[in-house]
Amino acid sequence: MSTETKDHAALADDFNKDEDRVDWHDETLWWIRQKRDKAVNKLPDWELLRDTASAIKDNVLSNLSVYLQEFEAKAQNNGIIIHWAANAEMHNKIVLDLLKAKGIRQMVKSKSMLTEECHLNEYLENNNIEVIDSDLGERIVQLAKEPPSHIVLPCIHKKKEEIGELFHLHLGTDKGNSDPQYLTETARQHLRNIFITRRASLTGVNFAIAQTGEFVVCTNEGNADMGAHLADIHIASMGVEKIIPERKHLGVFLRLLTRSATGQPITTYSSHYSKPRDSKEIHVIIVDNGRSKQLGRADFRNSLKCIRCGACMNTCPVYRRSGGHSYHNAISGPIGAILAPNLDMEKFADLPFASTLCGSCSNVCPVKIDIHQQLYKWRQVIVQNGYAPAAKKAAMKLMSITLSSPFLYHTSGKAGRMVLRFAPFAVNNRFNPWFKQRDMPAPPDQSFGEWYAKNR
Amino acid sequence: MTDREQIINAIAANQPAFSPLPATHFTAEDQEDLASQFADTLTAIGSVVFVVDNLADIHQHIKSNTSADHRVISTIGMVEYNEDIGTNISPHSLQNVEIAVLKAHFGVAENGAVWLTEELMGNRVLPFICQHLMIALPIKDIVANMHKAYERIGNDSYGFGAFIAGPSKTADIEQSLVMGAHGPKTMTIFLMRS
Repeated sequence: MSTETKDHAALADDFNKDEDRVDWHDETLWWIRQKRDKAVNKLPDWELLRDTASAIKDNVLSNLSVYLQEFEAKAQNNGIIIHWAANAEMHNKIVLDLLKAKGIRQMVKSKSMLTEECHLNEYLENNNIEVIDSDLGERIVQLAKEPPSHIVLPCIHKKKEEIGELFHLHLGTDKGNSDPQYLTETARQHLRNIFITRRASLTGVNFAIAQTGEFVVCTNEGNADMGAHLADIHIASMGVEKIIPERKHLGVFLRLLTRSATGQPITTYSSHYSKPRDSKEIHVIIVDNGRSKQLGRADFRNSLKCIRCGACMNTCPVYRRSGGHSYHNAISGPIGAILAPNLDMEKFADLPFASTLCGSCSNVCPVKIDIHQQLYKWRQVIVQNGYAPAAKKAAMKLMSITLSSPFLYHTSGKAGRMVLRFAPFAVNNRFNPWFKQRDMPAPPDQSFGEWYAKNR
Repeated sequence: MTDREQIINAIAANQPAFSPLPATHFTAEDQEDLASQFADTLTAIGSVVFVVDNLADIHQHIKSNTSADHRVISTIGMVEYNEDIGTNISPHSLQNVEIAVLKAHFGVAENGAVWLTEELMGNRVLPFICQHLMIALPIKDIVANMHKAYERIGNDSYGFGAFIAGPSKTADIEQSLVMGAHGPKTMTIFLMRS
């Protein structure tokens, strides 16, 4: 799938060609948002938890250089080997070198959005290392040769019939059978064999505790643990912002994370990795890849508080109707749209505009990131830096010329009203992007200026 | 400059003025009848709960629900299910375990999770690789919420520990919930009166 040259609006157009699918996608995500609400409303302390989590993350960001070194020292004391990677290339190289040193050519991986951000799978495959994603949703999009479309629900855009067809092609299931129970059982057998035979396993990190040097990985499927406890070498990749100060703070974050994500009270497994097994290895790769730069942007540093629950995507009216792939970034939705421009302002200049600024994302965010305000601020930064989309730039230039000349302003207003009244076909056509999903308004008889001149 | 120095220097240069840690005081939840709240939550997340008198009852339950060709491993003193599964065995050899019977340190009423560290697991992979997981938990060892849970864990040292809440599950195919993704297909909790 080539998404390199299309922007969010064009990709959303592609997604919107199948209206039934858009409705289904929209309703499914809204249903998850409703499950979140039910879970959240059961906790009288919910808002206090959000405030506390946000304040803990403020503390983390203000003292991150110290916490990272504390985590490193404690983890090393526990026998964990720490690596540092300034960027994606370094991260990928560290993984490859670790595998090569052990003569390993096959690795099993549980969900890690960081490795999606670093394009680790492609890199390893180009170096003749086979990677198999073990999260069911990730395995499905891997078989379909697509990126995940949601950080928590990687194949939320896929219908079960499409998954049945993929499994028939790749895993030999019966043609036409798309029963979720049957398909899941097939994946279980297929991936058990992978877990049993792989000597290396890579996982993400949900939380890394500075005080103790342990890290926590949350899954519902148990795939991170099946991989890690059966492998000789467990590699865990984490962004620098995954640090939390003390073990007791997990109480706050684990209460928030899954309720926000899916409405469950907690994930099935919250695994605390502190020391490697006898004669086995745990490696933690601490990755910057633009995060320290984002930390220096006062208006945008709060985006680093994100705990990757996906609540902002499930609630977003634009995400629900445009699909995760329209964001052409590893992390989609509102949070992706404020993280991505930090990595590449030109390539992701369209994303902060993919929002109605309704603020629903900020209202559900468990760590109270001001997402919609950051979207608004990114628009200004992007335009000031000259990265606004060409059509938008031309329209804004024209508007600026019109608004700065009283003659042009009055004349164009009059002309606009004339056109709408006598020649509506001139604007009600496919060349006017505004008309595509809307009706043009009825033109007023006169402008406010004309009315005021008569009635003052 | 190494990547480590580069990252730490950049972060030290860019981090905002120090912001203190907040207090973590939360509403004291109803401490009464934690057992029934725990059982209700467990049922909602797909677990099965039995209230029993003691270990002998659990032993009897397992006997009457398994056949001789099932590999059952227990780490809680049921002699016939006792196997050496420590660090001298390959974890791969546990792939045919049908039932694992383990003890948990405590349970959490608000989310149905139980806390186990690796001493109680016998082998780290056991609670994940078995087809069915059974947990024995004294009824008195239930805390209200995750804050109480971490108070109870305190500064304990462990190589590996996990909160486990229900059977392994996935809803990745059109949000249809399926039990038994990669780990156990069922989880049974025996709440022991003594």
